[in-house]
Amino acid sequence: MSERLIDILIDSFGKILLPGLAMTVPLTVISFTLAMGIAIAVAMVQVADIPVLKQLARFYVWVVRGTPLLVQLYVIFYGLPRLGVILDPFPAAVIVFALNTGAYDSETMRAAIESISKGQIEAGYCVGMSYGQIMRRIVLPQAFRTAFPPLSNSLISLVKDTSLAANITVLEMFMATQRIVARTYEPFALYCEVGLIYLLFSTVLTWLQRAGEKKLGKYGPM
Amino acid sequence: MLEIRNIKKAFGGLEVLKGIDLDVEKGDVVAILGPSGSGKTTLLRCINFLEKADEGVMRFDGEEFHFGRVSRREIARIRRKTAFVFQSYNLFRNKTALENVTEGLIVARKMPKAQAVEIGRRALDKVGLSDRYDYYPHQLSGGQQQRVGIARALATDPEIIFFDEPTSALDPELIGEVLAVMRALAEEGMTMLVVTHEMNFARTVSSKVVFMEDGAVLEAGPSKEFFESPKEERVKAFLRTINQEKESL
Repeated sequence: MSERLIDILIDSFGKILLPGLAMTVPLTVISFTLAMGIAIAVAMVQVADIPVLKQLARFYVWVVRGTPLLVQLYVIFYGLPRLGVILDPFPAAVIVFALNTGAYDSETMRAAIESISKGQIEAGYCVGMSYGQIMRRIVLPQAFRTAFPPLSNSLISLVKDTSLAANITVLEMFMATQRIVARTYEPFALYCEVGLIYLLFSTVLTWLQRAGEKKLGKYGPM
Repeated sequence: MLEIRNIKKAFGGLEVLKGIDLDVEKGDVVAILGPSGSGKTTLLRCINFLEKADEGVMRFDGEEFHFGRVSRREIARIRRKTAFVFQSYNLFRNKTALENVTEGLIVARKMPKAQAVEIGRRALDKVGLSDRYDYYPHQLSGGQQQRVGIARALATDPEIIFFDEPTSALDPELIGEVLAVMRALAEEGMTMLVVTHEMNFARTVSSKVVFMEDGAVLEAGPSKEFFESPKEERVKAFLRTINQEKESL
């Protein structure tokens, strides 16, 4: 490897990592937090069998899971202005990532909630608890534990999918890399470098997942 | 204290309860016996509204309720005075033994935590689990889990406890510890309605027996009479089979 290339890699590392920490991480964290809220609400509406809302929930999951993420980004950022709705790149990206991840995670949460034995719900009623209390204190904590590994999957996917936000002018890690490539003409080395930084982020999340599972495991196998 | 008149329940076209009457007085231990599929468990679940009965009247604690049109608020009020012990324990798996017992007190009855813990500990002591307060259900044997289930029922200070085949899911060597707890409760005067296959328990502990078959009550009366001089031919045959099984063991 030439000295020039080594210099470029070292020099670019910080320039890629910085937008990673300043943009990719907040984009992921905010989107995923909102996605979890959406997922729980959408799953609950279906499990509790609330008419109309339940149909709306299914429609939402159907549309969002059935269309590409990139298309969704384009519709929201480049399409909506035609209807008079103009969004900044960052909020547009957050909306799309939250809605997209929320749709997938709602199915994970629904399956997890439905896996909790009906007997515990009946027992909750028999000691005088309401449906809401039973959900909040008995069912959801256990469902969350069952859902934890697939939700971790979804979070790791999201970290990488945020690179698509480069298409709507969000200056995150991948776009930062593209800019350096345009200046230096070293696509192979630099795209490998940003790939490694994504891998680094995912590795940290994998560790966190393992620690989280250990913590949640205190009340034993399901 | 608890009076059921003409309770009916059908699943689809299948009539599971064909108009049953039942009387429980304070301090009674009523055993509901009968072959499987006779509707015993459905009867118990309907009385506590875990299933919705189609017809019938219930008088409980001076109030009258119609099964077909009982409101959610009425159900909540009745459940405050009753407790249920399940065949499969149904403990909250994310809660310790003590938390299982205190959960209803703290969350549903808004009792201060310290007081609930005090009551919870006493209930667990009573069923012989004073050394298992902080164990999760998966760390307990079936018999211990069922005793937590009984402690959870006791903690709410109910006027009557419903037991749905409380020992049917247990290994034979664990049945005794659960029956011993139930026997002690009966001796203290707790009112109990017990669906069971334990003939020995019915014979020695219960004060009344209701024998069900095919969704109807075939024979009902004081235990002593029921076991010593049953009237119905079907009941005699049932008791004979049970005795033969016992002798062949």
